[in-house]
Amino acid sequence: MSSPLITARGLTKKFDEFVAVDEINFDVARGESFGLLGPNGAGKSTTMRIIGATSQRTSGDLTILGIDPEKFGPQIRAHLGVVPQQDNLDMNLSVSENLYIYGRYFGLSRKFLKTKIEELLEFAQLEEKRNAKVESLSGGMKRRLTIARGLVSEPEILMLDEPTTGLDPQARHILWDRLFRLKEQGVTLVITTHFMDEAEQLCDRLVVMDKGKIMAEGSPVQLIKDYSTKEVLEIRFGSERNSEMADQLRGMCDRIEELPDRILLYSEDGEALLEKIYSAGLHPKTSLVRRSSLEDVFLRLTGRTLVD
Amino acid sequence: MIISAAVAIAEARRGRLGERVYSGRSRAIFERGYIAFKSSTWMVILSGFVEPVLYLFAFGYGLGELIGNIESNGLSIPYAAYIAPALLATSAMNGAIYDSTFNIYFKLKHDRIYHGMLATSLGPLDVALGEIGLALVRGFLYGVGFMAVVAPLGLIPSLWGILAIPAAVLIAFGFAAVGMALTTYMKSFQQLEIINIFLLPMFLFSGSFYPLSVFPEWLQFIIKALPLSQAIHLVRGLTLGQINIGLLGHISYFIVMIIIGLFFTTKRLNALFVK
Repeated sequence: MSSPLITARGLTKKFDEFVAVDEINFDVARGESFGLLGPNGAGKSTTMRIIGATSQRTSGDLTILGIDPEKFGPQIRAHLGVVPQQDNLDMNLSVSENLYIYGRYFGLSRKFLKTKIEELLEFAQLEEKRNAKVESLSGGMKRRLTIARGLVSEPEILMLDEPTTGLDPQARHILWDRLFRLKEQGVTLVITTHFMDEAEQLCDRLVVMDKGKIMAEGSPVQLIKDYSTKEVLEIRFGSERNSEMADQLRGMCDRIEELPDRILLYSEDGEALLEKIYSAGLHPKTSLVRRSSLEDVFLRLTGRTLVD
Repeated sequence: MIISAAVAIAEARRGRLGERVYSGRSRAIFERGYIAFKSSTWMVILSGFVEPVLYLFAFGYGLGELIGNIESNGLSIPYAAYIAPALLATSAMNGAIYDSTFNIYFKLKHDRIYHGMLATSLGPLDVALGEIGLALVRGFLYGVGFMAVVAPLGLIPSLWGILAIPAAVLIAFGFAAVGMALTTYMKSFQQLEIINIFLLPMFLFSGSFYPLSVFPEWLQFIIKALPLSQAIHLVRGLTLGQINIGLLGHISYFIVMIIIGLFFTTKRLNALFVK
């Protein structure tokens, strides 16, 4: 493996007494899609801002392309495309003007930007909207424009903070498709998300974060293999009885998680387990067998769900 | 390492003084101001230009009919010529304050425009200089526009009056620098209203419409220390050709305002964005 694009060792960020990021270590390789998965407040966005050279770490080491971003902020930021969690498009400007002026912030020439803007409008599927004011765009269009804007400087690393939060399913899929294309072109993606499906779809490798710490690291498939079973059986007995039933079910499977509305039973064969429950004379109101997901990994690691 | 155009441009600054806060591209902020101006801001600027002209006609000529000539430092001049420089100074102040408070607050907290800018290879000083530069252009436009109205009316008796235009820019610079610094400390939109509460009485009582000599001496002393009074006496001295050492005092006052304002603005922007 060639030397990593981003290396963090003992990276820590404190706001007064509060430890937002707690001695984390990770590497991001060139061309990979790296994810930070965790609930709100896990320290993902703070980590992103430190990488983006807009926040100073309290301690630890960080190098991006072999350089410390704290010492050479503007130079590092020239390598990065940033897609923040909160859209900060320029509301006074049109779609194409937003791309243009962002390129100018990097000092890019008008001539370069003329062709670049056409390319990006096509990429973001916003050709028809080029002269529209940003205000009139839908949420999905705004996000695509923000991503296109982040690409104007042809960055090596694109940083996406919760790229699809607040979007409807269709808009999410369009966005994922665009991000796949970037990955194919060799752009390194750093993505934070609290959606496990997004992490599974987009990330080659990810770290699971909680309360500023990294709980586990690996590919989605590997993490599921390491921290969960192949299948999960979800059953409901009704909110009053779930807890009482859970006690009876213990011992019938590898692991059991009791949530307020349902019980999760971890097993290599969900259907067989369900059979066993029925033959024991128990009759859940609903049952569902599914494959294990990163949500289960997170539950296993922290005892909590990702989205609460 | 892939060297894109953006990287090459940023790398060219390496080793320069202040490279961490300044990339030498405040002109990009300027360009943004120009694009925004074309689409929407021009209305705000137009209203800022019309306001002093309306005051001039309503008071200078309306009320001026009743007042007739007025004595200013031994010079007998029409009332309109007395208030015209005050109106110019006030519009330079209002434009600069609007730009550096409400406008900047919105970009800072609401639209988060600066967050976008500072995710690029720009630095906070680029942003501060660019935004203040825009306020100066506005001060300049007000100065030129107002002069184009009042000079043909014979309200600028002295040739020194032409210097009222750079004076308007200096006044705008001072107010914009301090205004922007104050705005970076503001926590809510409502707090900005405090600035307005301060501005209107300053406009009414800073010797805009009548000499300060009508006030008791202790009050005169306080008013003279306020920036708008300094601005009005500077511009009036120039348009009436009453050139004296006192004008240098007014100029120094604004230079101090600029230095203090820029210092705190850069410091605060750094704290707000690189935390």
